[in-house]
Amino acid sequence: MGIFTKFLSKIKGASSLSNSDWEELYSELLESDIGPTLSRQLIDEARKSKSDSPEEGLHQILLAHLSTQSREIRRAESGPTTILVVGVNGTGKTTSVAKLAAYLQGQKSNVVLAAADTFRAAAVDQLRTWGDRLGIEVISGKDNGDPASVAFDSAQVALGQKADFLIIDTAGRLHNKNDLMAELGKVKRVVEKVLPINEVLLVIDATTGHNGISQARIFTESIGVTGIILTKLDGSARGGVALAIEAELGIPIKWVGTGESEGDFAPFDRESYLRGLTQM
Amino acid sequence: MFESLTTRISGAFSSLRGRGKLSASDIESTCADIRLALLEADVAQSVVENFVTLIQEKSLAALPEMQSGTNQANAIFEIVNKELIEILGGAARRVRFAKNPPTVIMLAGLQGAGKTTLAGKLAKFYADQGNTPLLIASDLARPNAVTQLQVVGESIGVPVFAPEVGSGVGDPVKVARDGIAFAKSKQYNMVIVDTAGRLGIDEELMKQARDIRDAVQPDEILFVVDAMIGQDAVRTSQAFLDGVGFDGVVLTKLDGDARGGAALSIASLTKRPIMFASTGEKLADFDIFYPDRMASQILGMGDVATLAEQAKKAFNTDSAERLEKKFESGEDFTLEDFLEQLEAMSKMGSMSKMLSMLPGAGAMKKQIDNFDESELVRTKSIVQSMTPIERRDPKVLNGARRARIALGSGRKVSDVNSLVERFSAAQKMMKQVRNGGMPQGLGGMGMPAMPKAAPKNVPQKKKSKSGNPAKRALEEGQ
Ligand SMILES: Nc1nc2c(ncn2[C@@H]2O[C@H](COP(=O)(O)OP(=O)(O)OP(=O)(O)O)[C@@H](O)[C@H]2O)c(=O)[nH]1
Ligand SMILES: [Mg+2]
Repeated sequence: MGIFTKFLSKIKGASSLSNSDWEELYSELLESDIGPTLSRQLIDEARKSKSDSPEEGLHQILLAHLSTQSREIRRAESGPTTILVVGVNGTGKTTSVAKLAAYLQGQKSNVVLAAADTFRAAAVDQLRTWGDRLGIEVISGKDNGDPASVAFDSAQVALGQKADFLIIDTAGRLHNKNDLMAELGKVKRVVEKVLPINEVLLVIDATTGHNGISQARIFTESIGVTGIILTKLDGSARGGVALAIEAELGIPIKWVGTGESEGDFAPFDRESYLRGLTQM
Repeated sequence: MFESLTTRISGAFSSLRGRGKLSASDIESTCADIRLALLEADVAQSVVENFVTLIQEKSLAALPEMQSGTNQANAIFEIVNKELIEILGGAARRVRFAKNPPTVIMLAGLQGAGKTTLAGKLAKFYADQGNTPLLIASDLARPNAVTQLQVVGESIGVPVFAPEVGSGVGDPVKVARDGIAFAKSKQYNMVIVDTAGRLGIDEELMKQARDIRDAVQPDEILFVVDAMIGQDAVRTSQAFLDGVGFDGVVLTKLDGDARGGAALSIASLTKRPIMFASTGEKLADFDIFYPDRMASQILGMGDVATLAEQAKKAFNTDSAERLEKKFESGEDFTLEDFLEQLEAMSKMGSMSKMLSMLPGAGAMKKQIDNFDESELVRTKSIVQSMTPIERRDPKVLNGARRARIALGSGRKVSDVNSLVERFSAAQKMMKQVRNGGMPQGLGGMGMPAMPKAAPKNVPQKKKSKSGNPAKRALEEGQ
């Protein structure tokens, strides 16, 4: 059941809406975590839109607020394409690393994984289990060791093996912890002694509220996020915060996660995302 | 731009305080500000509407009886504070212990909420109080969740019942049932059951959660929820309430910058109290949830009560008492005392977290977030490079001595100078505190002077109830 279904049947085909209908639409946008300020702005714009119907108008406005940046993987010109996966605790980084690896493997690419979460208990084992399942090599170091040195080693392995992709899993960290953010910067710098990092993917959990914007902003400031993986879209949350991130920061959602298995993963498709958001 | 709930609400009130006599429209505009602040903090829409309507009604009703000016604003502030505490669940509730042990606690929640880490924290919390908990590894879905729980259990010396390797293998219901039998036979007095994360809309997995519940007959089911959750809190908490039911809520990742929203929504929507708060990745970063303290934090009044408790835990009683005596007799606080405190402080956890509990910390959020934890270590190494005489009487610190200390600690002479300077500033501040005033601001941030082990012995005027909120919190924390 989409969030708009109840309301949408009311406005479907309507050529204009009353004030209270628009307010209801505003509150539906709020409900999907788009946030009060942006929701208000979207409604104001949709009201002014010259589209045939309010429904169409809102859809166009939503589309217009999505990022215009490319959603393709940024590939390395030569050598392994290096992807760093980051995010706050529990958003689905490790699972997404495995899913992305499986996806690329399905395209006949050669992938190496790096278990640079040396902090959380059994995080390395978790990625190893995925590696075993997928038949993909996982580079790891000592528990509680230096994540940068694991990442460095993995870069050398990927380079030496002429792998197509290196994907680095990192420990979850809250964006307001400066020391942990600095650690991430170090991981990046150290890897770049061997291989340039092509993508920094920030994993955002679709159940996240407005805080997701703060996450995206601060991770971008510290290590330059190039794309978003939006996970847990299989739940009842619609992930509207990702739209807010695209609108505010221009960072494109590149992938979506829709379950716990490696197949529950797909490149971002804006029509189906907006449909999920609004059931239009 | 995202602004924290605290900043927004204190902003609304400081502008209210700035006005003369308040009118109904002033109240309405303040309520509009509060509404926006709550929505930006992800409080569920229906909760926001109810809350704001209530505040508005109560404030308008009280308006004619209020004295004009600042007092009016303060009266409204008090109304907001009271209602906040109310929707956060009133008084803190504790876990109900079973008449016939073991007391069984079952955890449930979405994927990634932080259940496994929390299981360890709960176990440590209760083991520290002399209980004998057993952890049961019933998350057999997520790869290596079992291993994770084992590592956690080992680090705190709590046994883990884990007959299945997990990662997709084994029956979580059977593990749970067997775990309870095992706990009974070995006479553990408490059992904490970790379960796999599941979505509220996943009927099959919700049924599995019910089966686990029926197998273990928990005394408490705790719903574990990430403090960063947005509007989905409404649907998800309702789904868990309908699907398995729960008796209390645990908020995790409260050390992020998303304070308040989820707490307000879930407590108010489910009428289940928030019982614990998890505030960091270390197993000690965990505490009972106090609605009044949370309300006071949301309103920018700090959380002196928690700070005092943590201090009490970290400082050993002997040295604390000695310091108190010194403090009361007006003796000088020396660098030696300071070193001792620095050491105790490292035990208390992250400095920025402690600083954020101080009243007015909201306004210094940026600085606090940017607090460089390694500064503590550096400061410590400088003091450690001093001789006992120097520590007791920093006045002897001439150029040559300072150069030697710099060399010994691997710091620059200017670092030593600035430490000594800040220390004497802190000494002054301590005198000010002793003479009854609260220090202004946070003092030298690089060298936080921890005035007391616990505020209970600070000589205070008992009567002052309504004045400085910081003071009041201090009184109430006793
Ligand atoms: N339903 C659902 N669950 C997911 C999805 N992605 C990940 N998960 C689950 O979310 C939980 C956490 O995932 P992890 O991959 O361990 O998250 P993480 O970000 O690596 O966690 P930390 O390393 O502890 O910060 C696991 O139970 C995953 O199975 C998704 O798209 N949908
Ligand atoms: Mg992980």
